[in-house]
Amino acid sequence: MAADDHTVLQLSTPSTANLSAKVHPLVIFNICDCYVRRPDQAERVIGTLLGSVLPDGTVDIRNSYAVPHTESAEQVALDIEYHHNMVVSHQKVNPKEVIVGWYSTGLGVTGGSALIHDFYSREVPNPVHLTVDTGFRNGEGTIKAYVSVNLALGDRQLAAQFQEIPLDLRMVEAERLGFDILKTTAVDKLPNDLEGMEVTMQRLLALIDDVYKYVDDVVEGRVAADNSIGRFISDTVASLPKLSPSVFDKLVNDSLQDQLLLLYLSSITRTQLGLAEKLNTAAQIL
Amino acid sequence: MANSMARSFLQVAATEEVASPLRVVQIEGLVILKIIKHCKEFSPALVTGQLLGLDVGSVLEVTNCFPFPIREEDEEIEADGANYQLEMMRCLREVNVDNNTVGWYQSTILGSYQTVELIETFMNYQENIRRCVCIIYDPSRSNQGVLALKALKLSDSFMELYRANNFTGEKLREKNLSWVDIFEEIPIQVSNSALISAFMTELESDTPVKQCDYDRLQLSTKPYMERNVEFLIECMDDLSMEQQKFQFYYRSLSRQQAQQQAWLQKRRTENMARKAAGEEPLPEEDPSNPIFKPIPEPSRLESFLVTNQIANYCNQINGVAGQNFNRLYLMKSLHDN
Repeated sequence: MAADDHTVLQLSTPSTANLSAKVHPLVIFNICDCYVRRPDQAERVIGTLLGSVLPDGTVDIRNSYAVPHTESAEQVALDIEYHHNMVVSHQKVNPKEVIVGWYSTGLGVTGGSALIHDFYSREVPNPVHLTVDTGFRNGEGTIKAYVSVNLALGDRQLAAQFQEIPLDLRMVEAERLGFDILKTTAVDKLPNDLEGMEVTMQRLLALIDDVYKYVDDVVEGRVAADNSIGRFISDTVASLPKLSPSVFDKLVNDSLQDQLLLLYLSSITRTQLGLAEKLNTAAQIL
Repeated sequence: MANSMARSFLQVAATEEVASPLRVVQIEGLVILKIIKHCKEFSPALVTGQLLGLDVGSVLEVTNCFPFPIREEDEEIEADGANYQLEMMRCLREVNVDNNTVGWYQSTILGSYQTVELIETFMNYQENIRRCVCIIYDPSRSNQGVLALKALKLSDSFMELYRANNFTGEKLREKNLSWVDIFEEIPIQVSNSALISAFMTELESDTPVKQCDYDRLQLSTKPYMERNVEFLIECMDDLSMEQQKFQFYYRSLSRQQAQQQAWLQKRRTENMARKAAGEEPLPEEDPSNPIFKPIPEPSRLESFLVTNQIANYCNQINGVAGQNFNRLYLMKSLHDN
């Protein structure tokens, strides 16, 4: 646990200075699911984080699993055998994912954490500790990552301290899927190709409208001009390739014709299939 | 209001009695993420995994899943795989995950999943579990901002036929089964726990444009279309091979019938002669003669599957072409502006 003694000289290892962590949304989902399914008497769930350390020192947390444990006032018992079984099983599927640390639900670091962290330090050098506040105690779901830093005075090891490290929570993977699906508790139907397209177009349209409105406002002097925004807009407009209308029309029409041909081809194939089916049944009846 | 409630309860009770058919597959967001992660990491290799969940009335809830290691053609490793599966189930049960197999998931390339192997796996699962589904995920499609997730099951009439291993034209006609009736696609619902929903709302970035929007507006779908058409052509070849098989069968069948007729004719004239001579007539059938041996009719299963596959490719091409039209017109109007 963090030693709050201010007289000790803190010698943090240099590697932690630029250490950061990146969390895959699956990990958050997994932790939440485990928390929902925790045993009756358990206050929190803890588990192992799997992933890899990227070349630039970022810890990429990609997977996780819960480890059963019992906790009383001053001691924590982890099911180490379970933990090892799961590691072996996960390694079979994806040998590239190794233990990178452990997680716990709850806000910040608690008393038993140092013990568990000690255990994981024996599994992997410099493990990451992720805390997910499933209780929303601050009114928000706080997710934090820590590493342990040794405090030493001269050669003497005094204590270890949990130091918070920056955590990258950008959920590109989840964005790919669409937050609309993950955000609500129930979705009746997966969006199909064209519905998704429609939503995207509406968003694009809204963005263009925003830009128009901003430019109009600036021109009419309602809003103070911001040079950086102006540059972004001009960059965006400039990124459109400059094509003469005839060349552009040809380009669009050629692509359109390609698509139409493909559409025609697939429709005719389908018609053929339907026809063959009908003929087949007709021939059998005769 | 109370009246309608009562009626709906009655209706529910009524539907419960007749072992309600599977209407909806309800998947947790967690499972979707897990499937996507597994399939994507190993793409283009094809991977599978097991789905765990609950069977509640007409809804099949998929609440968790775990991946299978990539299978190798080795007895020892296969046994190892079975062990892995048991071990994983045991471990997951310990952390209160639903310990009930409801099917499996697999990845696919361009939706080319309609194979005999898939049906065999289905039959294997079906032996143990009354209701099972297969969730198919296509990683190549998701690069275009589409969530290409499908839940499939085999239709009951098809399973009956498959058990009897009888795919002759006559049987199929009896059952009124055509190639569209092999697989049934079940609508998918997604559910998330309130906790996850809260976290996701918290974590959602407030940028107005999401990754999937970028993906969807990507103009270059040519490689995808090209491969789709390539696959379509391959399937066409397969189909014509199957048709040749049938032509061959019908030709030999008609030849055999002609031979039978000729033989019968001969036998009859012979019998006439014998009758005239006052002898016993010979029987009009001779099972030992090779021309009476029935020629086995080739199974139509393969051609059904190929046809299904072709229809699938056509649908995909249509879908993507539709999207491309959208994109092109969008680009055009943007450019005009």
